[in-house]
Amino acid sequence: MARTILPFGPQHPVLPEPLHLKLVVEDEIVLEAVPALGYVHRGLEKLCEIRDVNQMIQVVERVCGICSCLHAVCYCQGIEALLSLEVPPRAKYLRVIWGELHRMHSHLLWLGLFADAFGFESLFMQCWKVRERIMDIMEATCGNRVVVSVNVIGGVRRDLSPEQCAWILEQIAIAEKDVKRLQSTLLTDYTVCKRTKGKGVLTAEQAYQLGAAGPTLRGSGVAQDARQENYAAYGGLEFAPVTEPDGDSYARSAVRFRETLQSIDLVRQAIARMPGGEIVNPTKAKPQGEVTMRVEQPRGELFYYIKADGTKNLDRLRIRTPTFANIPPLLAMLPGIELADVPVVVLSIDPCISCTER
Amino acid sequence: MFTMTKNVVRNLLTKSATRLYPFDVREPFEGYRGRLDNRIEDCIFCKTCQVKCPSQCITVDAKAGTWDCDPFACVYCAICVDHCPVHCLFMDNTHRKPSAEREAIHLQGTPKKKKAPARAATAAPAAEAAPEAAAAPEADAAPTPDAAPGPEGDAAPAPDAPEAPSGDEK
Repeated sequence: MARTILPFGPQHPVLPEPLHLKLVVEDEIVLEAVPALGYVHRGLEKLCEIRDVNQMIQVVERVCGICSCLHAVCYCQGIEALLSLEVPPRAKYLRVIWGELHRMHSHLLWLGLFADAFGFESLFMQCWKVRERIMDIMEATCGNRVVVSVNVIGGVRRDLSPEQCAWILEQIAIAEKDVKRLQSTLLTDYTVCKRTKGKGVLTAEQAYQLGAAGPTLRGSGVAQDARQENYAAYGGLEFAPVTEPDGDSYARSAVRFRETLQSIDLVRQAIARMPGGEIVNPTKAKPQGEVTMRVEQPRGELFYYIKADGTKNLDRLRIRTPTFANIPPLLAMLPGIELADVPVVVLSIDPCISCTER
Repeated sequence: MFTMTKNVVRNLLTKSATRLYPFDVREPFEGYRGRLDNRIEDCIFCKTCQVKCPSQCITVDAKAGTWDCDPFACVYCAICVDHCPVHCLFMDNTHRKPSAEREAIHLQGTPKKKKAPARAATAAPAAEAAPEAAAAPEADAAPTPDAAPGPEGDAAPAPDAPEAPSGDEK
């Protein structure tokens, strides 16, 4: 068949959010992919002109529904850097605990969606069943399932009691057992491997040159993680980036699976090493100057640029989310694969479109 | 080949992971931010909640003594609860029931009289106005001690509390 252009999205069964790809195909083989974004642009960055510095925390939490806590951590760390504000050590550990719980629930959500993308619906349900336990931890300790609203400039708003810590450890031990039970299916099952191995290969050089971030980068064997910058309390925790050498969809899912277990370990370490003391260092100062801040989101490196002029509103806020960085690598993965594999490959970068378009 | 089989068998033998929701409701967690409410009799209408609210869903009218909240605009962050100087705002751990109508929260309280001008004006005719005034100073007396420990205990709302009456005069 001659060259044809097929639209993939913005409404597509595997896509939770609207991403439009124009696929140039020849005989069901993709030759080229042209992306079209902008279906869910909300102008959240512009809101910094109306909402004040403290109110913006609640706005940036809503950039992404799944990693809300980490957006707030990144923003608060940026403002704290501008104010040269010391955050109490306990607050830093609490940020790590909630951040890692967010990573766990995001990865479990993705593993489920990924299973759904290649038609393994019972595995999708199993992953989400495990995730529900993590959501319950979040609801009991933060007050809400997804948008936790625990970060403020100078620290956090809620503390964990020793009983709550013990309960979290108990719950994540059960979750760990449940996750490990899924390991053989997710990583060794014949049908799963058939659909994911060798699909959408991204070499380490390509990943590096195209600026891939997060599991997409680490799935190609590049050991780079923003947590190595030792923001929050990561300096006091033992941690090494999870990498897989192959660079295909399978490698990316394996990275996310292993990161889920790593997050359980990090939560355990953080609870064990958490010091006592204050949880917030309140301030009324107005930030001035410009700063860039990076944190590791479940999908990769999140980047904030904040420019403040000493008034209660920020001058400029720029958010670069990991999916934005992962779209060029996605376009490099698609050429040469079969049309039937496109949903799996697109989902393998864990696209979060409303993050990307803010 | 049959790696999922163990899981399938386990799920067949254990009880269901889901609930029959409207009939079987899980107990809400203690700290869950389900619903914003106000003990209006304690409210001093200082407008701190209105100023701090990120979604600007709260409207306070100090003159009329009303406190309005649009629950559809509320993001349930509980920032207002943290900043309330008299702790009359609180989060209930049950969420709102589904409803066919768009209901807003409208609470009517007793507007608090301004201390300094109220005392000066009522000082002379105090004798005649004794029966009516008797009720008012009681209402006045209640929030004053409440407002006083506020600035000591919580530094943040201190400047906001006196600002509200001055804005009211304009």
